[in-house]
Amino acid sequence: MSILVDENTKLIVQGITGRDGSFHAARMKEYGTKVVAGVTPGKGGSSVDDIPVFDAVAEATEATGANTSIIFVPVAFAADAVYEAVDAGLALVVIITEGIPVADMNKIYHHAAERGARFVGPNSPGLISPGKAKVGIMPARIHEPGGVGVVSRSGTLTYEVVYSLTRADLGQSTCLGIGGDPVIGTGFIDCLGMFEADAETRAVVLIGEIGGDDEERAAEYIKAAMSKPVVSFIAGRTAPPGKRMGHAGAIISGGAGTAEGKREALTAAGVGVADTPSAIPAMVKEALGLPAD
Amino acid sequence: MKIHEYQAKEIFKEFGIKTPRGRVASTPEEAEAVAKEVGGPVAVKAQVHVGGRGKAGGIKVAQTPAEAKEAAAQILGMDIKGLTVKKVLVEEASRIAKEYYLGFVADRAAKAVTLMASSEGGVEIEEVARTNPDAIVKVTVDPHLGLHGFQAFAVGKKLTGDAKKARAVADVLSRIYKAFVAYDCSLAEINPFVEAEDGGFVALDAKINIDDNALFRRARLAEGRDDLAETELRAKAADLSYVPMTGNVACIVNGAGLAMTTMDLVKLYGGEPANFLDVGGSSSPEKILTAMDIIMSSPGVKAVLVNIFGGITRCDDVATGLVAALEKHPLDVPLVVRLTGTNEEEAREILKKAGIEAGSDMDEAVKAAVEAARGSA
Repeated sequence: MSILVDENTKLIVQGITGRDGSFHAARMKEYGTKVVAGVTPGKGGSSVDDIPVFDAVAEATEATGANTSIIFVPVAFAADAVYEAVDAGLALVVIITEGIPVADMNKIYHHAAERGARFVGPNSPGLISPGKAKVGIMPARIHEPGGVGVVSRSGTLTYEVVYSLTRADLGQSTCLGIGGDPVIGTGFIDCLGMFEADAETRAVVLIGEIGGDDEERAAEYIKAAMSKPVVSFIAGRTAPPGKRMGHAGAIISGGAGTAEGKREALTAAGVGVADTPSAIPAMVKEALGLPAD
Repeated sequence: MKIHEYQAKEIFKEFGIKTPRGRVASTPEEAEAVAKEVGGPVAVKAQVHVGGRGKAGGIKVAQTPAEAKEAAAQILGMDIKGLTVKKVLVEEASRIAKEYYLGFVADRAAKAVTLMASSEGGVEIEEVARTNPDAIVKVTVDPHLGLHGFQAFAVGKKLTGDAKKARAVADVLSRIYKAFVAYDCSLAEINPFVEAEDGGFVALDAKINIDDNALFRRARLAEGRDDLAETELRAKAADLSYVPMTGNVACIVNGAGLAMTTMDLVKLYGGEPANFLDVGGSSSPEKILTAMDIIMSSPGVKAVLVNIFGGITRCDDVATGLVAALEKHPLDVPLVVRLTGTNEEEAREILKKAGIEAGSDMDEAVKAAVEAARGSA
C-alpha cells in the first residue's frame, strides 16, 4: 500500500510538449509510472517519448482510462488546465506550476471541492510511492520502498530528509510535497489521515515551515486522531517577520506563523520536533522501537 | 507587493470611492502648488512603505500653502524606520465625526477573501482584534459569487446602526471588493473610513497590497515597484529569491525550504545568517554570478556557504557558475561548498580543478562555514 499514487496510477501529463513537461514525462516513465498520455492543445496526434499526445484531457481520458494528471502548464494557462482536469473527472490532479494567482486558486479550490476532486499543489514537487509510481519532479534514486510516510511544504528540503531516511535504511511508503503556496488543495491533515489509514505506513515525517497555521492545526489533528508516531521539522526559525522567504506562503505576519509557535504546538501534541534534518532518522527509529545505528 | 497610499487612492477613485481632494508631490514647491489648488487646510503625508509614519512625524497639517511647503520640506528626505521619504501626498484636511475600518483580505484558511469591518477605525485592526475582538465584523466572500448586496448592507447596519448610512457603507464595500478583484489584491483597506461632519463618507487613508503571484498580469503596477531594497529588486530581476539580513555567514542554496533550513543551522551552530537566497531550480553560471555579487553586498559577511541538493538543479551547473563567479570576483572571505545529488561527482571535479574542496554533508558544511566566519572576523 501507499497513498494517492501506486501501480494502478494511469497518468496524463498536461503540458507534455513544454521543456519541463517533456523532460519529466520521460523521467516518470523511466521510473515505471504508467504515463498513458500527454495533453497540449493543438499538438494532438503527435507523441513525446512514445507517449501519445492529445488536444484535450477529456479525449486523453476517454482513449486511455487515465485517472491522474500532472500539470506543467505555464502559469498564465495553468488555472484553465486544472479546471479541465477536474471537469474530466480525474481522481487526482498534481500541480507542479509555480506562481498561480491566489484569486484563481481560491476559485479552483472550491470548484474542485464541490466535485469531490482532489488536487495536490500548486508549487509542488509532486509525490512518489517508491517502487510503484513517481508523479513529480523529485530525483528518484534517493527513495527506497518502506514504511515511512513523508509530507512536506518544501521541495529540496524534502529530498534532504528523504535521502537521510534512505541512508538510515528507513524506506518510504509515499513522499509528498503539498506545495509552498498559501492556497493548496491537499493539506497536512488530509495526508496524515491517509497515512494513518495506510497499512504500509508505520510512521510519518512532517516537514513544515513558517507562515499560516497548517502545522498548528496538524498538531491538533495528530493529538486527536493519529495512532502512528509523527516526527517533524519546521524550517524558518531565523526568518525575519514580514518578509516572504521564497515560497509565497512562507511569511510571518503580525507575529503569527512563526517557527517557534509551530514547534511548541507540535511538541504539546506529543510530536517529536527535530532541530536538524539529519536528526530525523534516529528519532523515527526511536519512535518505532528500532535499534539505533 | 506593497503600493503607496496615493496609488491605492487612485485605484479607489477609479472605482468611484470618495477620497480627499489632493495629489502627490515630490518637492516642497509642488506641495505648495497642490495646497493652493485644494484651498483651505491640508494634510501633508509621507509616502513610505512602513507603518507608524504619523508617530514618526511623517504627517503634518498645514493651514496655508506656505505652511504646506514648509511641512513638505521637513518630511521629504526624512528617514522613517530606515526608509527615505521621496514623495508626499497633499490633500484637503477633513473634519471627522466618526472613524470606521473597512478592509478585505486574502484569507488562506478560508481559501477566499474575507471582509473585515469595525466601528473602531483609526487604529490598527490587529490592535482591535486583540483588545476588542467583538467590535470586528467578518464576512467570508464566496469566490465564485462575489459579495452579495445583503451581506454588505448587514455590515453597514452593524457599523452605523442606521439604514441610510448602512446603504452608503455597503456601496463603498462593494466598490472596494470590485477593486480587490480587478487588481488581484491580497489586502485592500480603508482606515480610517470617515464620516465627515457634513455627513458624507470619505476614504481618509488607503492601503493596498498586490498578490505577488499575479504581478505578471498587473505589469503597470509592478513597473514602479519601490517596496524592496535595490539588491532585492536586482535579485528579483535575476529570478533569485533574496532577503538581506545582518549576520556573518552568507548563504547560496537551491530551494526555499532548504535555504531557510540552512540559515537555521547557521544560527544553531553558533553563527548568524547574512541572508536568505534561493537560486531556484535552474542555475546558470550567470545566476550564480549575480547571486555572489548580491550576497557580498552585505557588509558583515565573513564567510560564504553554498548548499546544493541536486534534483532538477544539476550540481555541475552550479560548480561551473561558481568557478566563473570566482574568476570574475575573487572572494576575500572563506568559501564552504556542500553538494549532493544530480551530477555531484562531475561538480566535485570542476571545483577541484579550481582548488575548491566540496563536502557532501550539510551539518559539517554549516559548522565549517560558521567556524571560518569566526576565524576571518
